[in-house]
Amino acid sequence: MSDLALHIPTDVVNGPTSLAFALLAAIAVGACVVKARRHLDERLVPLAGLATAFIFAAQMLNFPIAAVVSGHLLGGALAAALLGPWLGALCVTVVIVIQALLFADGAVTALGLNVVNMAVIASFAGYGVILLALKVLPRTRWGLGAAVFAASVVSVVAASAGFVLQFWLGGEEVGQSFGELAAAILGTHVLVGIGEGVITAGAVTAVAAVRPDLVHALRGSRLAQPAKETV
Amino acid sequence: MNPVDGLHRPGDSPVHRLRPQVKIVALVAFTCAIAATPREAVWAFGVYAALLSGLFLLARVPLAWVLSRSLVESPFLLLALAFPFMVEGDPVQIGFLRVSEPGLWAGWNLLAKATLGVWAALLLSATTPIAAVLAGLSRLRCPEILLQITAFAIRYAHLTVAEVTQMRLARLARCDDPRFLWQAGALARSLGVVFIRSFERGERVWQAMAARGYTGRLPLEVGPAPASALQWTAALAAPAIAAGIATWTAVFA
Repeated sequence: MSDLALHIPTDVVNGPTSLAFALLAAIAVGACVVKARRHLDERLVPLAGLATAFIFAAQMLNFPIAAVVSGHLLGGALAAALLGPWLGALCVTVVIVIQALLFADGAVTALGLNVVNMAVIASFAGYGVILLALKVLPRTRWGLGAAVFAASVVSVVAASAGFVLQFWLGGEEVGQSFGELAAAILGTHVLVGIGEGVITAGAVTAVAAVRPDLVHALRGSRLAQPAKETV
Repeated sequence: MNPVDGLHRPGDSPVHRLRPQVKIVALVAFTCAIAATPREAVWAFGVYAALLSGLFLLARVPLAWVLSRSLVESPFLLLALAFPFMVEGDPVQIGFLRVSEPGLWAGWNLLAKATLGVWAALLLSATTPIAAVLAGLSRLRCPEILLQITAFAIRYAHLTVAEVTQMRLARLARCDDPRFLWQAGALARSLGVVFIRSFERGERVWQAMAARGYTGRLPLEVGPAPASALQWTAALAAPAIAAGIATWTAVFA
């Protein structure tokens, strides 16, 4: 599975739509650079570089889903939860560009489409869900885990919905069957999202237990500790 | 092969020697020409495939390697296989299957263009080292901040990937062999540990840079050499032929 790409190849979505999304991606990435730089100033390059290297390594990791099926992380929600949506989207963008230019994964003409889906939509949808969920759920290990799990599922499904939208705008005319196609794509990605969610929730709660200051979604607050018995 | 090194295959062919910026422009132009070719012009795709195969031969990249790497697009090939049954239109009988004619064309379109697109991209990644790709992008006025982040990411990805591999070995050595998703807790936690290490390393690297007078700009100029007109002509010959065919088929055929 690690060699399978889900990055959009050449001409699945037509030229004008690809161009429009390339513009959108360029604007979004520009905004991410400005926002991330405001937060990190001159630390941006080393920290974003290392964070990107981490996302890259995280995507290398294969996890089992059931018996013989395994998958790898997309990392949008993981990046958003740990780094915040702006820096997170920026890191995932760099990963996508590296994969297109160095691994021939995803067409260069579809870079805009892929960046909008997997970096921008995935990060922001995921981050939004975490913030909303943390307003409702208790700020404990389990609360954070549940929030991150929900965020991962939503981010993966939202990213695939981005592709469905692009395909509807500029893809093949499939007429009546469009609903079935969309349902098949979204349904598959709910399953992918659940796998992603379990791993991401485990990773983020592990970070939160040791260095809560590194989990951007917690915004500097610690997790509520279960009352410890004093020794 | 280290997964971070990309697909570069070192060599000394005319394709390897071309300046990276030239190759990147050629790749984009070629991919656009492929995308713009109407699906009914089957012969045009044959010509593109022949052009790319010729370039692979010139670059001494084995075709078997190219074919095995082309499998990356297989999820989208499923979509190509589904099109004949989904797209509405005049039905045609193939054996015992009734499929729609526009659907067949749509499937063919996706199959041919996705494969050729991957081949064109493979030609760049096989003949250009990572540092050269970055230098080429810099020459093409790609925003410097993105290139710096990418350069850092690639440099340290070797370390993070090694860390992930090392932790995997440590887990395996302790008989952790998850078969199902709910058993993957140790794997998730080790990912968390790698994040903390990466982020802390980032802070240390920044402190080291700050101690050496870093103020947000890298002082070294890694500007690559400009490409000569001859290089541009040589590299753009294939995309030019492709663009000519694309225009011809779109306008006259």
